[in-house]
Amino acid sequence: MMDFIIANAPALLIALPMLGAFALPLVGRLGDSARTGWVLGVGLITFVIAALLAWTVLSGGPVLYTFGAASPADALPADSGGIPIRIVFTVDAMSAFMAVFASFVGFITCLYSVASERRSSGKDGYYALMLLLLVGILGMVCTGDLFNFFVFLEINSLAGAALVAYRIDKGVSVEAGLKYGFLSTLAGLMVLYAIALLYGQYDSLNMAVIASRMSYTMLDKVALALFVAGLALKAGAVPLHFWTPDAYSMAPGAVTAFLVVASQAGLYGLFRILFSVYGLTLSYVTVGWAVIILGVLSMFVGVTMAIPQKDVKRLMAYHAVSQSGYMLLGVGVGLVVLGDAAAMDAFGRTAMEGGIFHIVNHAMYKGLLFLTAGAIFLQTGTRNLNKMGGLGHSMKWTMLFFIIGALAIAGIPPFNGFASKLMIYESVFAFSPVIAVIAMVVSILTLASFVKVFHAIFMGPEQPRHADAGEVPKPMLAAMAVLALLTILMGVFPEQIVTTVIAPAADALIDQSAYVATVFGGI
Amino acid sequence: MIAETLYTGFGAWNPVIWLVAFVVALLLAWAIQRLGEPDIPGDGESGKSYISGNDEPSPEDGHIGGSNLYWGFTEAMKGYYARVIPLHTGCLTDYVLWFLGTFALLFIFIGVI
Repeated sequence: MMDFIIANAPALLIALPMLGAFALPLVGRLGDSARTGWVLGVGLITFVIAALLAWTVLSGGPVLYTFGAASPADALPADSGGIPIRIVFTVDAMSAFMAVFASFVGFITCLYSVASERRSSGKDGYYALMLLLLVGILGMVCTGDLFNFFVFLEINSLAGAALVAYRIDKGVSVEAGLKYGFLSTLAGLMVLYAIALLYGQYDSLNMAVIASRMSYTMLDKVALALFVAGLALKAGAVPLHFWTPDAYSMAPGAVTAFLVVASQAGLYGLFRILFSVYGLTLSYVTVGWAVIILGVLSMFVGVTMAIPQKDVKRLMAYHAVSQSGYMLLGVGVGLVVLGDAAAMDAFGRTAMEGGIFHIVNHAMYKGLLFLTAGAIFLQTGTRNLNKMGGLGHSMKWTMLFFIIGALAIAGIPPFNGFASKLMIYESVFAFSPVIAVIAMVVSILTLASFVKVFHAIFMGPEQPRHADAGEVPKPMLAAMAVLALLTILMGVFPEQIVTTVIAPAADALIDQSAYVATVFGGI
Repeated sequence: MIAETLYTGFGAWNPVIWLVAFVVALLLAWAIQRLGEPDIPGDGESGKSYISGNDEPSPEDGHIGGSNLYWGFTEAMKGYYARVIPLHTGCLTDYVLWFLGTFALLFIFIGVI
């Protein structure tokens, strides 16, 4: 049984949450307890499968899974002319890393939703969309086929837009969902057009095949610009970030925490296209600088726009934009020096590791912060910082979790945000001291912003208008506690995380030939 | 303990050593606090806030809201904010224009340079 699960883990990773989603209307008829057990069971088993897959990849190298083939590793049948004609999942360390933490956050947000959505109607649809969002994310990070990537990107976008608009909230959330859905579709169409340009030239949709034939023609450059613009929009990078405060602020707290991971899947797609599909054929210095500029703009505009916000979730959404900038910066620096082995060894690899490490750290502490914001909204009914205060008296655990998340996002030791930011600061400083200083200033402004939020929400005397506010139910506290614990542990033991997971993920991106060989080695 | 050290290529960071130092500093701070007066002497009047002879405001009025903080920062940066905040119109068609403009710039940057 275990051998079967391990051998078919890439397929099960998608099939299980998809089955879980489509069966929910039936399971929901059995009652709340059955629905809750089903969702949490599916979420937990999906995470376990992702962890097993990651263990397989980290111990034995990339996993190739061909759908419909007699043997999953047989991507190139003898009569195929050397082209993988079936849909292929190519799971390397980067994919496995993304799959593990995405499925983990998916499980945690479902656990949180058990309590936060308990008074709401339409729970079958809500959880079905959460599981479909998970399917979209996992498919995006595992697939080795470009059209398949587009399909999962669309599943990700549609499920996300529906979740943003799921609670009526005076119609405003519907508007936010419409914006998210429209822009995500626009980004998806640009990605589809880019895929068509590559398919027209290289007669294949398989990423490894295209990578092996890439000649970087003018059409490839057009396709690359479309990919970068489309996926940067999905990731919420400045100046394509406008949808993030609208969508993140109107979605329920658990959904927002999961949407952060959905955006990071867009970031993954961008990195996969740049490194694994184009690789050394592109003008990596030019494109790398484009990524760095997007990163620096995201960092600075995100944090400065956060400071004057009065809506706690809009403020956090701008911080999410700002933190994405660190990831773009770290990986962008690695891309600039991709062809320079000495510079890559000196600082490029560390910058990439810092950027990738920041992805998972951000998912943990930003997820935690959005969950605390959801808890505060549940108890006070407002997101307006001017109408809060004194909640530290009645919501002590939420306050503690908020402090942990806030210190982590500001890069204060010993929390996880500090470890990844330190790697980014030091490596980027070797590349460009000015950019490193900007990154540090952004961290200081982030801390300043969260001091304001902390003071406005939790400090001061108890407010009579929030006299009824108490601590949130235990499932919500448990979800926040798990993320808080990981935020601490990943900060106290950063080297273990970097050595075990992050460094192999960075190497998987850097080594394009290994990615190509994963598919062509299956002959 | 060395196993927890994160090497960045230029330096190292050991959270465990930092945590030990932090706990020692906390213990010192606690010890110093213990040396102080245990409570405010008298009938409690001296513990009340003195606000130029005015009555203490109600708890709701006395809390400084989120908008009141960093007024100086936003005032100093008002030239920047006057340009950047209006760009966030909330209008979907504007967002689409930003997307098209960014794609055009990216294409020039990637395709021509």
